[in-house]
Amino acid sequence: MYSMDLGILWYLVPSVLMFACGVYGFVTRKNLIAILVSLELMLNAADLNFVAFNRYLFPGQMEGMVFTLFAIAIAAAETAIAIAIIINVYRAVGNTDINEISKMKF
Amino acid sequence: MFGNILIWFVIIPIIMMAGLGICRNSSMNAIRTVMTVCSTALLGLAVWLCVWFLDLRAAGDTAEMLFTGSWMWYEPLNIQLAIGVDGISVLMIMLSAIIVFAGVFASWKINPLPKNFFLWFALLSTGVFGFFISIDIFTMFMFYEVALIPMYLLIGVWGTGKKEYSAMKLTLMLMGGSAFLMLGLLGIYWHSGPEGQLTWNILEIAHNGHIDPSWQRLLFCLTFVGFGVLGAMFPFHTWSPDGHASAPTAVSMLHAGVLMKLGGYGCFRIAIYLLPQAANELAWIFIILTGISVVYGAFSACVQTDLKYINAYSSVSHCGMVLFAILMLTQTAMTGAILQMLSHGLMTALFFALIGMIYGRTHTRDIRQMGGLMKIMPYLGVCYMIAGFASLGLPGLSGFVAEMTIFVGSFEHTDMFHRSFVIAGTCSIVITAVYILRVVGKLLLGPVQDEHHLQLTDATWFERFSTVTLIVAIAGIGCFPNWINETIQHSFVPIINTLTQAAI
Amino acid sequence: MDITLPILILAIPISMFLILGIGGVKMSRKMAGVLGILGMGTTMALAYTVAFTYFFSGDSAFIVDGIRQQLQVFDVTWLAFTEKLVVSIGFLLDPISAMMLVVITTISFMVHLYSWGYMEHEPGFQRYYAFLSLFSFSMLGLVVATNIFQMYIFWELVGVSSYLLIGFFYKLPSAVSASKKAFIVTRFADLGFLIGILVLSFYTNTFNFAALTSDPASALASTGGATFMGASVLTWALVLIYVGGMGKSAMMPLHIWLPDAMEGPTPVSALIHAATMVVAGVYLVARMFPLYLVEESALTFITCVGAITAFYAAVVACCQIDIKRILAFSTISQIAFMMVALGVARPELHDAMGYMSSMFHLFTHAMFKALLFLGAGALIHAVHSNNYTEMGGLRKYMPITHWTFLIGCLAIAGIWPFAGFFSKDEMLAAMFANNWIWGAWMTMVAGLTAFYMFRMYFMVFWWEENPHYKEHKPHDAPWQMSLPLIVLATVSCVAGFIPFGELVTWNGAPYHIHIDPVVATTSLVVAVCAIGLAAWLYMKKNSKPAAMKNAMPTLWKAANRRFYWDEIYMFITHKIIFNIICKSIAWFDRHIIDATMDGFAKVTQRTSVAIKGMQSGSIQAYVLWYFFGAVLLALVTWICLL
Repeated sequence: MYSMDLGILWYLVPSVLMFACGVYGFVTRKNLIAILVSLELMLNAADLNFVAFNRYLFPGQMEGMVFTLFAIAIAAAETAIAIAIIINVYRAVGNTDINEISKMKF
Repeated sequence: MFGNILIWFVIIPIIMMAGLGICRNSSMNAIRTVMTVCSTALLGLAVWLCVWFLDLRAAGDTAEMLFTGSWMWYEPLNIQLAIGVDGISVLMIMLSAIIVFAGVFASWKINPLPKNFFLWFALLSTGVFGFFISIDIFTMFMFYEVALIPMYLLIGVWGTGKKEYSAMKLTLMLMGGSAFLMLGLLGIYWHSGPEGQLTWNILEIAHNGHIDPSWQRLLFCLTFVGFGVLGAMFPFHTWSPDGHASAPTAVSMLHAGVLMKLGGYGCFRIAIYLLPQAANELAWIFIILTGISVVYGAFSACVQTDLKYINAYSSVSHCGMVLFAILMLTQTAMTGAILQMLSHGLMTALFFALIGMIYGRTHTRDIRQMGGLMKIMPYLGVCYMIAGFASLGLPGLSGFVAEMTIFVGSFEHTDMFHRSFVIAGTCSIVITAVYILRVVGKLLLGPVQDEHHLQLTDATWFERFSTVTLIVAIAGIGCFPNWINETIQHSFVPIINTLTQAAI
Repeated sequence: MDITLPILILAIPISMFLILGIGGVKMSRKMAGVLGILGMGTTMALAYTVAFTYFFSGDSAFIVDGIRQQLQVFDVTWLAFTEKLVVSIGFLLDPISAMMLVVITTISFMVHLYSWGYMEHEPGFQRYYAFLSLFSFSMLGLVVATNIFQMYIFWELVGVSSYLLIGFFYKLPSAVSASKKAFIVTRFADLGFLIGILVLSFYTNTFNFAALTSDPASALASTGGATFMGASVLTWALVLIYVGGMGKSAMMPLHIWLPDAMEGPTPVSALIHAATMVVAGVYLVARMFPLYLVEESALTFITCVGAITAFYAAVVACCQIDIKRILAFSTISQIAFMMVALGVARPELHDAMGYMSSMFHLFTHAMFKALLFLGAGALIHAVHSNNYTEMGGLRKYMPITHWTFLIGCLAIAGIWPFAGFFSKDEMLAAMFANNWIWGAWMTMVAGLTAFYMFRMYFMVFWWEENPHYKEHKPHDAPWQMSLPLIVLATVSCVAGFIPFGELVTWNGAPYHIHIDPVVATTSLVVAVCAIGLAAWLYMKKNSKPAAMKNAMPTLWKAANRRFYWDEIYMFITHKIIFNIICKSIAWFDRHIIDATMDGFAKVTQRTSVAIKGMQSGSIQAYVLWYFFGAVLLALVTWICLL
């Protein structure tokens, strides 16, 4: 039915690269927005995996696709909340550097 | 349950706490009233118990424990609140009641937070009395812990000097001991009887005699070290000098006077009575350690300059003598150990009370900065001298009776090992004389060292009351020691029997 | 015998102690003094009654077939260590305890009376009388002990009363250190006593004197031939018990406390450090004499220690300046005399005449030495100095003191007809009977005694008048002080004629004293020569003593410094025990043991500091760790699956 030329590796390698970039960005960046972007990268890498595995391992089923759609929707909501928090933090503290925001409590 | 006289020794301190809870923080008089009434009640109850006990014994009641009772607490593990006393516990309860009584008067003007101080003080006494009335090792251990914990706050909040450090050190070292102890007690429980009949009850465990000798050795070491830490056994004694030096007066009194006795009491009630074979085999190891304690503490006391340090080291020496005597495993020596516990409890309490009173006036405990206090505060001076004479074993005061009983009892062993240690132990009476007279000479006699001291006053009425109570008790034991023999006559018979059976 | 009197004899002094000790603060001086003196006077009367009844009533309880009996008037259990080893408090009446009752109460009463005058202006007068009563109680309890443990109890109590009384002037550092020294040295000796008691009671299974001494052979047998380092355990026990006696009786090398004990008030020195407490060691040996007889090596040890001490103390006494120190060394020397006499006594040698004479000398010595001390007290009272260099020519100013003092000196020198002559003569005869070496040696010591006593006498009462007398004229003491002097002087004159052998012997059988003419003549001649020499040297002011001193400066200095015993002790106790042993133990405790305990805490703390960085709170770090963990876990899974 489908052309089998394009193996699963063509999907997984970019996904791993995306995920690694995401981790790197999440661990090293100090800016909250950049961290959020890295987080999104990781999430999308995972989504890509879902879709790819679903397509190659269980071609007749749709759970992976549906799950991915859910994940994208939740990620969107989560990003909205995160951006809202970040904006509030920026208003309160004056910047979005995580090293400066060490006193949530007081 | 409330019909048993013994349970009231735990209930009264709890009432004491409740009463204090009602008092307002600022109303010193109310607090004092509660404390005086309850501690007097405890003392009265203790005397009554003692008389009643002797009465029953005289009437021919030869049961090992009297006033027994037990209530199930946690069925699956067979934990009970089991209580009962023999002559030794009766005397220990008496001692605790006297010292709690004297302690209340010694801390008449405790500052700050008097209410909280007495609350912890009452909790401490709950633990102490609970420990002495229990014959279930689980509840015993629980009360033991109840007695230890308040110490941390009492020293940490109301202490002097490096109080945080000392409180931490004391609590951690004693807790370390408790850890050993808990392992030992659990081990005893798991070997206490055949499958399905495990018990925590001391009498049942002793009668079952089920614990395997190879396990006994391990458990004996664990429990003896566990209790030995509290009994200031070398080399686990160093909490004592720092802890006592920082503790407030009444706490020092109660700690050295009663809490350290928990160690000695536990040693023979649990380590020796329940693990007789191991006791026979391994006593020599601990004889060496406690023998070192006796001489070592005395020598260390000779060069200290802080009054409380001197007394703490002398406690190491005297409490070492208690454990030493217990390990001799003869009836006379063990009787001596009990006498020494009583005697040391009373005289150290007196010492610490007096040191507290002197410190409260001169604001120093360094003997190099004081001198000639006999002239300025003759009452306290005379009391200090009496305490000193009791400590160095003057006939007519309690120390002599205790030491002599120990020596005579220990001398029943004919081998070279025991003999040499006994003779080393006797040497401590000379060293004790040296450091006591050194302190008395520097502190009380001679010319007045500091002119500011000339304006100081002598003891107030409550201080006199506190010291007189203790002195009367010390002289009472010293002049008429035989009634103690009679009180504990039956108590050692089962222990000695188990030991001799185990030796065969 | 009715137990009322014996109980009262013990009860009155102790209740006086309690009354004066507790209520003394509220009492006037006069009241306290009168109470003390009355109490002691009553005790003395009661003690006399008891002693006279015992000796002279002829009651069958006391004497059977001419043999004086030992009886326990009462014996109450005090503390039962085991079924057999029972400490009781009792009242043992036998010749020596009856004799000691008389000695103690007499001297004590005299001292109570004398102190009324002597201590009149001292602060703490009530306390002083309380302590005196405590001492009298303890000493009486000691001599009437029915068992060795009771003796040990009262032994410690006399020790502490001595401590309290030596340190009576507690504001003087010298008095404080002297009292401390006395207590610690005797305490050290008591350690020997205690171990001796432990050994002895372990083997014989009794503390009771009657049980021990009535059948000494069985005591020996009970040891089962056990030995320790080549000597039987019984010998060890007896020697150790004697070590206790050496401490109290100031035998070498435990004598160092007695000279310093003179820091106490002089009447106290007369009572405790001359007449009663210091002879406790002699009394102890006498009490256990039948046991010592089984172990003659112990007796030989006693003799040797006594002989050396007697000579040493006599030599030192010749070179002292402080009159109380001279008397102190003389006391040491005289007690050593008694010890030697006990040591040489054997039943086969004139029915153990040494024992009888030793007790006799104990009696006479108590009287004349107390007299000499009280006399010295009167001198010190008048001149306000202890040194004879501040005195001289006092015979005109203080006639009563002079004559009584002279009687005391003659008595101690052993001149007929004074008390010392008879007792000393008997002792020397006993020594010659045992071995002529002891006899000759002790005769020489007796000569030295006469010499140093008269050296002091002449230096104090003759020599040359001190110029200070013009400003401050010395005079005889008030009647409270003179009366005891006169009474004791009278006793010293006549005590020698008491038929002592009829009353006190080792086994209760009477012994008829007869003067050995050879021994008596020798000792008299030696004594008279010594007195003559002293008179030649010291009666008139001259340069001979100074010349003599310059001729042998090293010897004089060594004797004056008491052959450096104190320095040796100071070195051992201070430098070695205190500085090396105690300090290093204290250091070890703080820096090794405590540091180890702190070390545990430090290790815990360091570890937690080291790993606390991981709990940074930084999410990014956590994520990194999480990521590494996930990779690791994946790797492990992968490897496992392969």
